[in-house]
Amino acid sequence: MPVTRGFNRRRETTPGDRLPPGQYLERGFPVLSAGPTPETPLDEWTFRITGAVDAEREWTWEEFQALEKETPTVDIHCVTTWSKFDTTWEGVSVDTLLDGVEPLGGYVTAFSDGGYTTNLPLEDLTGGRAWVVYGFDGEALEPEHGGPARLLVPHLYFWKSAKWVRGLYFMESDDPGFWETLGYHDRGDPWLEQRYQGD
Amino acid sequence: MSSVIRATDWREATVAAIAPETPRAATLTLDVPGWDGHRAGQHVDVRLTAEDGYRAQRSYSIASAPEDGRPMITVEELFDGEVSPWFVQVAAEGDMFEVRGPFGGWFVWDASETQPIMLIAGGSGLVPLMSMLRHRRNAGSQVPAKLLVSAREADDVLYARELETIGVDVVLTYTRRAPRDWTGYTRRVDRAMLQETAILGGRTYICGPTTFVETVADHLVALGEPPANIRTERFGGG
Repeated sequence: MPVTRGFNRRRETTPGDRLPPGQYLERGFPVLSAGPTPETPLDEWTFRITGAVDAEREWTWEEFQALEKETPTVDIHCVTTWSKFDTTWEGVSVDTLLDGVEPLGGYVTAFSDGGYTTNLPLEDLTGGRAWVVYGFDGEALEPEHGGPARLLVPHLYFWKSAKWVRGLYFMESDDPGFWETLGYHDRGDPWLEQRYQGD
Repeated sequence: MSSVIRATDWREATVAAIAPETPRAATLTLDVPGWDGHRAGQHVDVRLTAEDGYRAQRSYSIASAPEDGRPMITVEELFDGEVSPWFVQVAAEGDMFEVRGPFGGWFVWDASETQPIMLIAGGSGLVPLMSMLRHRRNAGSQVPAKLLVSAREADDVLYARELETIGVDVVLTYTRRAPRDWTGYTRRVDRAMLQETAILGGRTYICGPTTFVETVADHLVALGEPPANIRTERFGGG
């Protein structure tokens, strides 16, 4: 690998095994999105499990709040190369949402207010690895960070953690979402540095 | 074995030229083996390697037009940054680092498009918008276009001279200190300013720091712009 003359490490962080390749540790919380932040009144908000499932499900905001809560503390990794350690969220495990649901397809499109979608294989959403969160750091999740609720799939690049999420649409085959259609990787594993199509 | 270079392949780029833009920003013209052009608004990923093997990677918008051939990036030095100071203070002709790209298929504009375009920049968020304006000029596009730039002071305005002849109306607002004889805006972009200056009803591109982009996009939606016509790009980090 070529050495860049005069370039030196400036950050005295020793993230060890927790920082995926090509990432750096960020103390702030930058955001990435494609357009304006949508506003959805909570009395109009629902979360739906739909598509290829045996029976569709839908929760109102109030019903959603009554579901079993979890408070995962996780590291997150944005494709724009920042990572943030030990972020604490509050929300509902996707396992809980799928309790009693029979999926008839192995692929999911998460859909959001504003028309944003992202695709994930079902296996990336289950097994205690994905949540629909409405709290961050002990507070209600702010709109610019995806509130009232966003998906949280911390083992994949953060664009998979769809902001303003409103439901999961099950399918029998994979269907690329918004960023995935625009050149970003279909799966987005930060440890394999799957940033773009072709990585 | 295929010898085709893909956008995702890291390549060793050489700094062919470097020019200061402002006291805190520089434009680098790059020689990138196998560079196959880009679309206005796209970015590259760069990777710098220190003597001890430490590597740092960032994304930078391309400032040049697709017609310019060699890609140019403009980098603004960020306070406490790790990578941006190297580009602004250390980099010299002949220096090498790794590049891959171009990437991005959303925050892009092509001269074949016919909608009016409103471009709104906060600080160095002007870089990808400049690529679009240069592309518009080079292609002889006649689509109505306008640029609104928010800068702290005159020293922060990238491409100031070129903007005078870029062929679109340019509106500047200074948020910290205006030049002595300035009679234009001297405040942050707000709803009234957008109402007075923005081309509404076409497509809008907004690029800048997160809060800038967030605020401007919210105001435009409040003014009745369909969210689907507003494309944003934000940056943060060092």
